[in-house]
Amino acid sequence: MKTTHIAIVGGGPAGLCAAISAASSGAKVTVIERSDRLGGQLVKQTHMFFGSEKQYASTRGIDIPNILLNELEKYKNNIEIIRNTNVVGLYEDGILTLLENEEKYYKIKPSAVIVATGASEKFLAFENNDLPGIYGAGAVQTLMNVYGVRPGNKVLMVGAGNIGLIVSYQLMQAGVHVEAIIDAAPKIGGYHVHASKIRRMGIPIMTRHTVIKAIGHDFLEKAVICQLDDKWNPIKGSEKELDVDVMCISVGLSPLNELLAMAGCQMKYIPNLSGFVPVRYDNYETTVNNLFTAGDSSGIEEASSAMVEGYLAGLFAAKKIGHAHENHDQLLADYKDQLDSLRAGPEGKHIRDGVDQIERRRDNA
Amino acid sequence: MLEINGIASEEQIMKTFPSIEIINKGPVAVIECFQKIPCNPCVTSCPFNAINMGDDINNLPLVSYEKCIGCGTCLGKCPGLAIILVDGSKSDKNIHMTIPYEMLPLPEKEQMVRGLDREGNFLCHVKVVKVLNSKAFDRTILVTLEVPRDLLYRFRNIQVEVE
Repeated sequence: MKTTHIAIVGGGPAGLCAAISAASSGAKVTVIERSDRLGGQLVKQTHMFFGSEKQYASTRGIDIPNILLNELEKYKNNIEIIRNTNVVGLYEDGILTLLENEEKYYKIKPSAVIVATGASEKFLAFENNDLPGIYGAGAVQTLMNVYGVRPGNKVLMVGAGNIGLIVSYQLMQAGVHVEAIIDAAPKIGGYHVHASKIRRMGIPIMTRHTVIKAIGHDFLEKAVICQLDDKWNPIKGSEKELDVDVMCISVGLSPLNELLAMAGCQMKYIPNLSGFVPVRYDNYETTVNNLFTAGDSSGIEEASSAMVEGYLAGLFAAKKIGHAHENHDQLLADYKDQLDSLRAGPEGKHIRDGVDQIERRRDNA
Repeated sequence: MLEINGIASEEQIMKTFPSIEIINKGPVAVIECFQKIPCNPCVTSCPFNAINMGDDINNLPLVSYEKCIGCGTCLGKCPGLAIILVDGSKSDKNIHMTIPYEMLPLPEKEQMVRGLDREGNFLCHVKVVKVLNSKAFDRTILVTLEVPRDLLYRFRNIQVEVE
């Protein structure tokens, strides 16, 4: 059976940073990525990132995978990357089952595993929500920014979080008109600077609004929206029809971590982290020995913090199996400091509270 | 209200602008950053150390108008496109205002474009005096416009008309 020191499931921002950290510590690393390219959702992010220089602030997300891959290249003797391959099983004996190109199964036995599988999109229930033209925000980004395809002509964006705001901006950049951005919450969830940059193009942002139904025969032709009162109930008579051929649903993400649950990790439902997440120690190890996690799979946050969590998990996993980085303590202090700063503000409070509910101390970490 | 519709209030805007005396001396940066988020490229990119936010990257940036010379570096580096340059030294009638811009088609020098406010409402046509497409600003274009003085606190965006 194929063996490796550390198997990393997922080649997105957290997985790639974990790989850099672990490989630079001297561990042999195998990154398993389900698609044919690395970088996860970064490749769709055409906007400049927030954060500080250490998390590539001011660099466009789309350019970050190459920065990380160039860094990985330095440790290429320690790194193997397996593309087009899903991890479909993670068992009690620590063995992973891989499915390559949807046809070939094989097993691999690592000494440790880091699960960095990211997140999936939430959807909304409303009448006719399966009409063609109704997309998740991720699909719209994939069409536009990966394949260069316009998703339609007139868009209703449902959700004013960072993704909804950013994708609206990207749609406008692509020459697709955004009719309105609505959000059921009383306040805009995303960064206000993103909201302002959309608003000054004349696009209304309507908080306390939701979508009631979609109208159309073969594809979306109209969307019916309405206003909500302060108890989130629809206000009668406030219904409004919008002529749109695209509805983009951007109502949040759920951590994608079935592998961890399958492996028997203790899971907990933490609203602050947007769903079921693994209980973990402060070295990013779950309740299953030598099984680590980082990034959105352990709680929804920004890509910048996913990268720092990846660096940390890689460092800890390598140390745990006897490949401590020569500058372990120094790197650890730096990464922890970065993560603390990213979460220190009022916008990071819900994450801090969420992490407090799942993180356990481990003194020997 | 900013947190409800994305439009900064007049009070927020007036607070962030320096005095007209400072603006009349030459170009300076005005930062419309009203929410504490973890972000500091304006501070680290400023070649003159004119922007400060203390130790916490969640703090709001403050411009020191003794140090700011209006070089525009922070405009191209701010991920929120929240910084503009204002320069009242060019004429008594107009202010030169520079905005970060990421839409196509790009405006051209001398072209008349539609001037918009923070809600996207049309104000008046304004003349493009400079278009800076610098590699350092990585596809964020800096466009300088001649804006009537009475629109100093209202002008914030442009739209290039396509024929």
